[in-house]
Amino acid sequence: MNEKQNNHEIIRRMRRKSLRNSLLNYGIVIVVFAIMQTMIATGHISSLLKGLLVPLCVYVIAALSLNLVVGISGELSLGHAGFMCIGAYTSAFFSNVVGDSMPDLPRFILAILVGAVFAGIFGILIGIPVLRLKGDYLAIVTLAFGEIIKNLLNVLYVGVDSHGLHFSTTSAMDLNMEPTGRQIVKGALGISGTPKNSTFTIGVVLIIITLIVVQNLVNSRSGRAIMSTRDNRIAAESIGIPVTKYKLLAFSVSASLAGVAGVLYAHNLATLNTKKFDYNTSILILVFVVLGGIGNMTGSMIAAVILTALPEMLRFLNNYRMLIYAIVLIVIMLFNWAPASLDFRSRMRERLWKKHGSDAEGGR
Amino acid sequence: MAMLDVTKLSISFGGLHAVDDFNLNIEKGELYGLIGPNGAGKTTVFNLLTGVYKPTEGIIRLDGKDITGKSTIEINRAGIARTFQNIRLFKDMPVLDNVKAGFHNHYKYSALTGILRLPRYREIENTMDERSMDILKVFDLDKEADLMAGNLPYGKQRKLEIARALATEPKLLLLDEPAAGMNPNETAELMETIRFVRDEFDMTILLIEHDMKLVAGICEKLTVLNFGRTLAQGVTSEVLSDPAVIAAYLGE
Repeated sequence: MNEKQNNHEIIRRMRRKSLRNSLLNYGIVIVVFAIMQTMIATGHISSLLKGLLVPLCVYVIAALSLNLVVGISGELSLGHAGFMCIGAYTSAFFSNVVGDSMPDLPRFILAILVGAVFAGIFGILIGIPVLRLKGDYLAIVTLAFGEIIKNLLNVLYVGVDSHGLHFSTTSAMDLNMEPTGRQIVKGALGISGTPKNSTFTIGVVLIIITLIVVQNLVNSRSGRAIMSTRDNRIAAESIGIPVTKYKLLAFSVSASLAGVAGVLYAHNLATLNTKKFDYNTSILILVFVVLGGIGNMTGSMIAAVILTALPEMLRFLNNYRMLIYAIVLIVIMLFNWAPASLDFRSRMRERLWKKHGSDAEGGR
Repeated sequence: MAMLDVTKLSISFGGLHAVDDFNLNIEKGELYGLIGPNGAGKTTVFNLLTGVYKPTEGIIRLDGKDITGKSTIEINRAGIARTFQNIRLFKDMPVLDNVKAGFHNHYKYSALTGILRLPRYREIENTMDERSMDILKVFDLDKEADLMAGNLPYGKQRKLEIARALATEPKLLLLDEPAAGMNPNETAELMETIRFVRDEFDMTILLIEHDMKLVAGICEKLTVLNFGRTLAQGVTSEVLSDPAVIAAYLGE
């Protein structure tokens, strides 16, 4: 009986550890939110920073979603901006079509669902053929996907009139709409007049939801299956885990969360076009994930915030701005990955939590 | 009825007959050894049995059911689990989670149940934890349940692989050189564990091994492979005294 209780003790300890890691992330988000709200209320915040709050939420969500693919599933996606683009366009389109026939909040909630579902569907469509392959194929195909989506949307014209929707890929004239018809997607000009529904509060709520989805998924049967295919595909198959199915699950959930980031982005701007959703953005999100520590959700969030805010904060340095930015990248990299730094941090953590074992690394 | 019944199994890679006309019959509860010099085709036989390779010819029956040509995943569900010559653990997952991953097809709840943390999630996780700890205890790994699998010492990693395979609740367990890299003490202990697993879980075991002491010590029957062909087959003591077997191992 004594032995049995010992078992329970280890399991309890493991559960406490995983719960603590999850709660830490919610805690950080809520504390930062509270600080920001206080600063806004007391007016101690520059208009520059205030304008950055929603984009910060966008990038945090994007980084968390990409970490699910890169860190948990162990695949490389270079097209996450493409999924954001899908989410942004479908939701902005939805909001524009529905217009004022619905109150703001329910419409925005529906728009978020629309963006998430469409991005998720595209994730499945891309994932089915590609995730069967091994190696770098996914990276190449997702990179291409991001660019293709961008270019397709650049020539897309959509209008709506009493007969319903009209599509064209040549010009607005070819839509053949009634004079009363309304043009919604205007090719390279994108979508304008999207209601500005995104607020910092909604952004933070979406971050929390993203965290819940990602963390709960990771700490479940499906999460173990996903990570087992990452650690050893052959062994995972040998114990009966359908590898492709779980890679696809991780990929499509990630795509749909990236779509949510896109929705938030689209409803923060008067005009939405595809310029922002190029491969530079995809790479930037990957940089957040790598710098924050692959598989480490806390790190992804912090890296996303620092690296999004920093270039703006450093504007006063003019020409030296990108130099400082690069130095910060290197410093973060060293802090995260240098053996001496890893050692130092694990010792600090031990002292803080008073626990043993070298497995304390990582904030999954 | 035989637990495993293999008839005329063959596979060739190009012109090379890696395994040729291989027959095997293992009764339920037997501890069976597959031995032979390096490159004889032992691991290829394992890969054929577990669906990693598709045989060119031949039939594999598990407990009377034809599993020839099925995928690795289907074969595991049908009841064959294995370990690997070069250890393949989920290194960046805790020891406990390695075993829980093995229970994947026995305790199920959907991804959505996991994300929403429905009551069913906690209920099944509890059962999985309990059962996993029971298996870990058999291998004396319960104290290390929270360590990352990659941080375990070598001998324990080998044991954890067996524990994970057992979690899939197989009818037939394939062990690919379980004693590789172990010192004599560890090997002796492993022999005890393998015997215990057979008795406790009522398991049928087929193992590849080079350590003759282990083979002679625990295997009831043997098949000797050489250049993909069966050299000798039968009761351990008889096979090991067969002149052809001695010649293959020691040279003429």
